[in-house]
Amino acid sequence: MTTTSVNNGVNVQALLDAREALKGAPEATKFTWRASCKWQNGTHSKTKVQSFFGLGQEQSHKTESTLGADHPEIFASEDHAITPIEYVLVGLASCLTAGVAAVAQNRGVQLRSVESNLEGKMDIRGILGMDSDVRNGYDDIKVTFKIDADASKDEIEAIVAQSQKRSAVYDVITNPVNVTVEVK
Amino acid sequence: MGLAASRCLTARSIDHVVLERGEVANSWRRERWDSLRLLTPNWQSRLPGYQYDGADPDGYMTMREVIDFISRFAVFSGVPVRTHTTVTCVKRNDAGYDVATTNGNLRCRTLILASGACNVPSVPALSQTVPQSIQSFTPFSYRNPSDLPQGGVLVVGASATGVQLADEIVRSGRPVTLSVGEHVRLPRTYRGRDVLWWMDASGVWDQRYNEIDDVTRVRRLPSPQLIGTPERATLDLNALSAAGVELVGRLAAVRDGQALFSGGLRNLFALADLKMNRLLGTFDEWARSHAREAEVGLPERFEPTRAPASSRLKLDLRNGELRSIVWATGFRPDYSWLDVPVIDDKGHLRHDGGVVDAPGLYALGLPVLRRRKSTFIYGAGDDARELVDHLASYLATPVKARS
Repeated sequence: MTTTSVNNGVNVQALLDAREALKGAPEATKFTWRASCKWQNGTHSKTKVQSFFGLGQEQSHKTESTLGADHPEIFASEDHAITPIEYVLVGLASCLTAGVAAVAQNRGVQLRSVESNLEGKMDIRGILGMDSDVRNGYDDIKVTFKIDADASKDEIEAIVAQSQKRSAVYDVITNPVNVTVEVK
Repeated sequence: MGLAASRCLTARSIDHVVLERGEVANSWRRERWDSLRLLTPNWQSRLPGYQYDGADPDGYMTMREVIDFISRFAVFSGVPVRTHTTVTCVKRNDAGYDVATTNGNLRCRTLILASGACNVPSVPALSQTVPQSIQSFTPFSYRNPSDLPQGGVLVVGASATGVQLADEIVRSGRPVTLSVGEHVRLPRTYRGRDVLWWMDASGVWDQRYNEIDDVTRVRRLPSPQLIGTPERATLDLNALSAAGVELVGRLAAVRDGQALFSGGLRNLFALADLKMNRLLGTFDEWARSHAREAEVGLPERFEPTRAPASSRLKLDLRNGELRSIVWATGFRPDYSWLDVPVIDDKGHLRHDGGVVDAPGLYALGLPVLRRRKSTFIYGAGDDARELVDHLASYLATPVKARS
């Protein structure tokens, strides 16, 4: 299906080859992603991300990333960086966008531009402990894509739908996951 | 499936016997709910050398009619069937297979597994975490809505089984919540013809397993949302919503007595609508390029699946509103009696178009075994013929020449 003239910068062949190679290697497919966070002051923290585990061994990003998080001034914070819940939107947007590029490449669709706007709706009565019936996090997330590509509207919609179907972040947002938090 | 194979074996004068654990058409007699009708129209009820000749070619057989149809075929074909004979173990020997049954032992050079893909309801492990106060049903234990306690019902799964059961249960006056995972949407009729007429005529159904991209995925697809009714009604999720069924996402977990559903329902609708429209586009293209427009109606497009503004993410299983769960989560084959190393780690039979990964062993009636129609009665004949051809040439090969 891959046509050579289409180039979205995704090496789909490498991904397909990996899928084939991993068929007989169940252990190599188990990944662990990591982040290390350090409190700064107030609601400000810095999280470093570099190492991860996968393909049966320790792996590392080329460089370490440091990501700050804080709350805005209207929450009486110093607003050194975006809020943690906004990182969820960052994760979802970038995951779906990467998926769109990969799926389009696999389907031989040349992309010219892919833009999206995300809105997460949240009622802060939850986190403020004002009403126990109100959940803490988002109760509704809306992603709006604007895509310019050599494809029909239906084809573009199918690419976006497939991207959601294979998105790790979309999955972890829409489905429950076990979370263990402990103190050492 | 076994009877179709028998007919082909007889045509080649290959000595054989068909083993049946109960009576002829046993699963149709004992493992189906009362209201079920075939998904295929009567004119597609066709077995090698035998076909429906009644007055209603566009209708759908009730289970009683299916049982009669298959029983008449067995008599018509003179099938050497040994009923009330359950196979308890199959082992390889030097020349073929040892078959132990509840009715004596046999030896054979070749063996066709025609027991199909639906021997046991497949129920997810999380069903174990459902509170004891909720009664669980499977398509094998459910016969009709009156089997269920009064009160709310959660139907898990939106294949043909799930949508049919949700529909008749909500009509019995019980509130129904339908948990929807990946599903296949189809209209009952398209441009005035049964959708399965289109599948057949356009050649989609004859698509072969080795021509399909990612056949492993296609083999695992749930059955299409179809129902056979005298009205030839479409039973999609919009029809169920209109009947009062509440649609929720895939059942993801049961935690603290709450069923938790995925929030990804909207995308599942989009995927199913897009796939349906692509298929209808294939039909339109076929009608155009084969000059068949005159005999069908105008192209149609159906309303997209209506997503609830905000689908419910939790359902309390302990407050008494919900009384039962129907697990319409598919079926799996039972190979517990097959002592031949041909089952993969997911419990599937290793085969290439029904030629199983062991000499002289064959399978029939599995999803997309050789073509898309393989699990339908209509698909039995072609698969059986081809596999019996293979089997005959296997028998004709001297033992020494086999690897």
